[in-house]
Amino acid sequence: MEALSPTMEEGQVVKWLKGEGDAVAQGDILAEIETDKATMELVARGEGVLRRVFVGEGAAAPVGDVIAIIAPEGEDIGALVAGLGGGRTAAADGAGASEADAGAATEAEAAAAKTPEASVAPVPDPTPVAPTTATPPTPTRVKASPVAKRLARDAGLDIATLQGSGPGGRVIKRDVEAAARAAAAPPTAAPAPPVSPWPAPSDTEFEDIALTQMRKTVARRLGESLGPVPHFFLTVDVDMTRALAARKRVNELLAARGAKASINDLVIKAAAVALTHHPECNAWWQGDSVRRFHRAHIGVAVAVPDGLITPVVRDAQAKGLGQISTEVRELAGRAREKKLQPHEYTGSTFSISNLGMFGIEEFTAVINPPEAGIIAVGAVEERPVAVGGEVIVQPRMRVTMSCDHRVIDGAQGARFLATLKSFLEEPAAILM
Amino acid sequence: MGGSSWMGGAAPMAEITYREALNAAMCQEMDRDDSVFLLGEEVAEYDGAYKVSRGMLARYGDRRVVDSPISELGFAGLCVGAAMSGLRPICEFMTFNFSFLALDQVINSAAKMLYMTNGQVPIPMVFRGPTGAALQLSAQHSQACETYYVHAPGVKLVTPATPADAKGLLAAAIRDDDPVAVMEGELLYNVRGEVPDEEYVIPLGVADLKRAGDDVSIITHGKMVHVALQAARALAREEIEAEVLDLRSLRPLDVDAILASVAKTNRVVYLEEGWPFAGVGAQIVSLIQDEAFDDLDAPVLRVTQADVPMPYAKNLEQLAKPGVKAVVEACRKVLYMPGTIT
Repeated sequence: MEALSPTMEEGQVVKWLKGEGDAVAQGDILAEIETDKATMELVARGEGVLRRVFVGEGAAAPVGDVIAIIAPEGEDIGALVAGLGGGRTAAADGAGASEADAGAATEAEAAAAKTPEASVAPVPDPTPVAPTTATPPTPTRVKASPVAKRLARDAGLDIATLQGSGPGGRVIKRDVEAAARAAAAPPTAAPAPPVSPWPAPSDTEFEDIALTQMRKTVARRLGESLGPVPHFFLTVDVDMTRALAARKRVNELLAARGAKASINDLVIKAAAVALTHHPECNAWWQGDSVRRFHRAHIGVAVAVPDGLITPVVRDAQAKGLGQISTEVRELAGRAREKKLQPHEYTGSTFSISNLGMFGIEEFTAVINPPEAGIIAVGAVEERPVAVGGEVIVQPRMRVTMSCDHRVIDGAQGARFLATLKSFLEEPAAILM
Repeated sequence: MGGSSWMGGAAPMAEITYREALNAAMCQEMDRDDSVFLLGEEVAEYDGAYKVSRGMLARYGDRRVVDSPISELGFAGLCVGAAMSGLRPICEFMTFNFSFLALDQVINSAAKMLYMTNGQVPIPMVFRGPTGAALQLSAQHSQACETYYVHAPGVKLVTPATPADAKGLLAAAIRDDDPVAVMEGELLYNVRGEVPDEEYVIPLGVADLKRAGDDVSIITHGKMVHVALQAARALAREEIEAEVLDLRSLRPLDVDAILASVAKTNRVVYLEEGWPFAGVGAQIVSLIQDEAFDDLDAPVLRVTQADVPMPYAKNLEQLAKPGVKAVVEACRKVLYMPGTIT
């Protein structure tokens, strides 16, 4: 069992895509493995025939255990199987529990593990086939949709290097688009606006601020009072008239590019820019320090069938609505299929949860540690409000921020929310 | 709905039924051309089995609105003969299910005449009536007949889905110099929609984008346009924007419109009322894989009637018909959505 996520300790076989007796080429997808975070594909690192499967669908195995044997057709693997003692603990004998295991003992390992006493059939010449590692990789047919192939060719990408998210690992359009985006992503030093009242551009991703004694005391006492993450909540009610108009106009412009932004995409953009104005809210609690980020990586809560996950829109402060929208849709789609890669759901500096589409007017969201803040976004609804002594009807939206009081104080959270509200009520201000 | 080129700025419109729109088209054409006449079972004294020809006997007299005997082969042949001698007959079938009796006249006479006379004898006529299932009419009277008519070269076929399309397409069919089948639907006759009062025709072979979307194309024709639009609305709640392309005309076929939609969305579901085997969708799939292969991100799926004779029992009939749920599922599948993979 290969470690398919940084924190994976064991994996569950969701589905075998190869069966016993199937020929296996290097790069073939052997199985889908559910890790602690996502369903990942287990790729064959050697070639031969899938001779034995030890861990059936639905069963789990610790990282490092042998879950199957790939060996040349006809080679006697009786000794190897016996060497495993019917169990899987002998797995790591050959190469250790490193990634080189690839979750399946290769033919070379099979030869190494042979013990004569366990052989029932004559052992063939031990080197009938060169070890897989010495064989140049056989070019295998890459499964890809026609449009994915065309887009990859146009973008200068080698389709064989892309991870396919379609059935059987088929590379489909969204995989190529994601790879093209990754390839085109700006270098880490994002260009700062030339002249602005913005926070000074920084070469660093973040700064760590040592805790003062007072901050330590506040953290300890609040933690004792309300659990490990002492939440408090702030709500603003936002006039969405201009936000709706701005989104409509943006979508007219985006139509030519085939993109379409939602209100949530606009909230992501506005919150990200507001966070760059209020870095004290764009922060992690690290136990002995607070890490303030200079860029806003926004975690977007996505409901999946058995829970939720927060894929990350990186550098959302620097992205346009079309790009944010495209990324969110693509990430959310793969989140629901449990196909996210670990780097796609870690590293967020602030999160957004939106239940507006369920008609929820307002709610509170639970902070995603170590982040210090999250906003809960309700539905945009027409509501009567008093303006200048008169009751008028406006599209309104409630935003409730949950703050980690160890990091964010009431006035700081309130100032951030005021900026966010001003951006949503006058989206042009985001461009200032 | 609409978006067709004839829709001017301030043309007067009335909301009328599909049935009234067909009636308006026939009257429009009979007013402008004396050679046009209507013939079929109960079209005159009874105003038509589905009241499509209401009032026409009184308006045009019994030489131009003619009740036929119950003999599809006979009166279809009579109409073909009239067309050979220069008239423009509208041959009404009470349903295209009954027209199987007349297929020899359609396929061996009407469709072949121009070819076999070396272009000397055109057949400017219309076959029209409802096709497909209504409600509990059982196996023999619930069949979608498009595929029988488009298989043989020589007959054109249009399938209007809305009142505005019904008026424009029937008028164009009557003016066309080739035999044109106009397939309607019993469940469409009461559908209401805005129809321009003015005289207009919708050219044959021009599809209509009934709804624009970026994510997946639902291509369809006839009554199923309404099922496709319902499915698109359901998908919109999941933030999937489906495009609904109404072919309107199966022969001639608007190939450019199909290819443009595939190029835009990369994913296609063909929805039709008929059976899957050698169905209209099979032809569209063939076209797409042939001419738009590099635009495809997923196999083209078809949603059709189940491959069985239409059951009479209400619950089974519902299961056999192509419905909104199946279309939504197919769209999710070509989009590789959760719950649909492998």
